[in-house]
Amino acid sequence: MNLPALLDCVSSSSCVVTQVSTGLIIGMLLFLVASGLTLIFGVLGVINFTHGSFYMLGAYFSLTAYRVTGSYFDAVIAGALGVAVFGVVFERLFISPVYNSNVLMQLLVCYAFILILDDVVKIVWGTDFQTMGMPATFALPPIHLFGGFVPPFYVFLTGLTVAAAFSLSVLVNKTRFGKLVRAAAVNRQMLSCLGVNTSLLYAAVFGLGSLLAGAAGALAAPVRSMSPEMGFSILIESFIVTVIGGMGSIIGAFFAAVLVGIIRAFGSIGYPLFTDGLMFAFMALVLLVKPTGLFGRKLA
Amino acid sequence: MSRALKLELREIDVSYGASQILFGVSIEIEKGATMALLGRNGAGKTTTFRAIAGLVAPSAGQILLNAKAINGLSPYRIARAGIGYVPEDRQVFPEHSVEDNLRIAKKPGAHRQVYWNLQRIYEVFPTLYSIRQRAAGRLSGGEQQMLVIARALMGNPELILLDEPSEGLAPIMVQQIARLLLRLREMGVTIVLAEQNLHFCQTVATHVTIIDKGQIVLRDKAENLERDAEITRRYLAV
Ligand SMILES: Nc1ncnc2c1ncn2[C@@H]1O[C@H](COP(=O)(O)OP(=O)(O)O)[C@@H](O)[C@H]1O
Ligand SMILES: [Mg+2]
Repeated sequence: MNLPALLDCVSSSSCVVTQVSTGLIIGMLLFLVASGLTLIFGVLGVINFTHGSFYMLGAYFSLTAYRVTGSYFDAVIAGALGVAVFGVVFERLFISPVYNSNVLMQLLVCYAFILILDDVVKIVWGTDFQTMGMPATFALPPIHLFGGFVPPFYVFLTGLTVAAAFSLSVLVNKTRFGKLVRAAAVNRQMLSCLGVNTSLLYAAVFGLGSLLAGAAGALAAPVRSMSPEMGFSILIESFIVTVIGGMGSIIGAFFAAVLVGIIRAFGSIGYPLFTDGLMFAFMALVLLVKPTGLFGRKLA
Repeated sequence: MSRALKLELREIDVSYGASQILFGVSIEIEKGATMALLGRNGAGKTTTFRAIAGLVAPSAGQILLNAKAINGLSPYRIARAGIGYVPEDRQVFPEHSVEDNLRIAKKPGAHRQVYWNLQRIYEVFPTLYSIRQRAAGRLSGGEQQMLVIARALMGNPELILLDEPSEGLAPIMVQQIARLLLRLREMGVTIVLAEQNLHFCQTVATHVTIIDKGQIVLRDKAENLERDAEITRRYLAV
């Protein structure tokens, strides 16, 4: 524990700005992954353990697209849509047969694909760390903000994620699609008796969750190095975010992701060897006070 | 407005796991008829409906809708073929508002006909209009029953399955539902009704079928029910 360093940082506005903005982008990426995870769990009732691998695929897809087209915009589209399509196919072929199986069976299928996708990445992109580097569009001088400096890409990433969070919440709460999705989460059979093709709806929800993970991977590409194991650590962190926010709650995932991001950012100064531990400690604390998570509701 | 559908069950067997529930059930419902399926608790009425709705697959036999086999189709295809389903335990979407419950179910009928919309539903069910913003889970039993019937109508069905719609309702509600069913019949909708309430059936049904222990034991016109009094007593807990 390094309390003096933490106090030093907190008393300097430039350090606070740097750590808060670092924490925010950790949080934004975590939110994008966790919101897909929580959406899929909330509606389909399965925990998609391959979700971290989808994030990894998004990063690598965008890397290749960026190298081919030189456009970061294309790279984000490739990462998000590529993974969405992959997710829909994956759901139809491998997840839909195990909806009614027990969790162990679902875990087994997903775990197999965690290993398979890691190997696929090794074969296609190699085992070495890879970096995209900051795309030319964002290779600008940092923005002066509240007495500190923030890279323009951070602002872009945060803005885009907040917009995505807002759109997702409108989609789920206000649109017909969202009403159907929430109805399916409660009573799939009855919904299909009303003429709704719930298999299609499930595939769409899985595709949407995958899209979010793929987008997260593509947005992480300029600021993270890529390796075949990158999916697993974000999976664990997303679980923590999902649990803190309340399983199935998208707003909960947002606030939990930001909190976890900030804790990680400041924790890396004050408790550099214990940042993961801090995250778990925070989760334990939340669960002690509110066992269903910040925004979770009691399961019936 | 609606073109009615003719429904035919031919020698249906249904099992849940190892226990067989329906044994060679055959039922024929003419277009525009209102058929009451009567039977004690546990006789197999709900299972019959679940088979028609596609929620459970018969292990033998056929279900024909206007002479086309529908058994084995997914529930949503059966719904789109024109069958509306009002389950006995209501199954509203509890967190959705009354109006959202109705909106979710909105679809044109099997022949693309659209008669029922929110406005028509609210004309027929003024109570639902006054509580349209309320969460469906917070309605009374009678209100929920209204809602699920209305919800089924939003799909513009040509045949509607109602599983014990009068169960647990106050007499005034039961009368209201009876009037609605008569109106639907006038509109040409084919109705299949599971019931234990003999009196209710006599008011609304044109035909009756009695099921006992998973087998059909009587088929007749409703007007002959008096004549069948002996059988009726035997198979219904009166
Ligand atoms: N899911 C199920 N699994 C096993 N048995 C069931 C199931 N549902 C109903 N049954 C049995 O099937 C029989 C018929 O039930 P049901 O069709 O609900 O009768 P009814 O609607 O006429 O009261 C009953 O003996 C009931 O216990
Ligand atoms: Mg029943």
